[in-house]
Amino acid sequence: MRNLLQSAFPDAQEVDVVDRTGGGDHFQVVVTAPSLTGLSLVEQHRRVYEALAAPLADGTIHELRIKTKGAA
Amino acid sequence: MSYTEKIKEVIDGSDVAIFMKGTPQFVMCGNSDRALQALHRAGATVTAVDVLPDPQIRQDLTAISGWPTIPQVFVKGELVGGADIVEELEASGELGETLRAKLGEGFAGAGDDRTVALA
Repeated sequence: MRNLLQSAFPDAQEVDVVDRTGGGDHFQVVVTAPSLTGLSLVEQHRRVYEALAAPLADGTIHELRIKTKGAA
Repeated sequence: MSYTEKIKEVIDGSDVAIFMKGTPQFVMCGNSDRALQALHRAGATVTAVDVLPDPQIRQDLTAISGWPTIPQVFVKGELVGGADIVEELEASGELGETLRAKLGEGFAGAGDDRTVALA
């Protein structure tokens, strides 16, 4: 997941993935990237969903919490 | 009427719509609960749709909104986001501002939540 996010946000200042329950399917991701600056939260989260489309579609990710920020 | 038509009718015809797991009376998922509670704290009355009775509801909803997860919150036909965004907007005060801007000053405490059964 970290690799998928890092390739989707090559400019990211922060990419963090936390397995919230230890079960390998409930995740919290944090992405801080200049490319997110100026986008609405809906658009920012859409970018994250797009980056993680494969693990979302195949059920690897059962639950995803997202925290995004533009340039720090 | 297909699910797609019914879903669009709810999205476009409701001040605040939430597509959730369960109903406001019996919430079946922690994230649906987080979004609903934040909306209630902001004073919103919601039109709720339970996506659980038929998996097709969720598929058709995602095809319309382009949003892969549940819950999904719409205000006056526009996607506001899921539980994380609704909570973040509440924390920054923007949730109340958005509701006031789109629904008018008198939006708070306007009646009871409504549940629409699609299946």
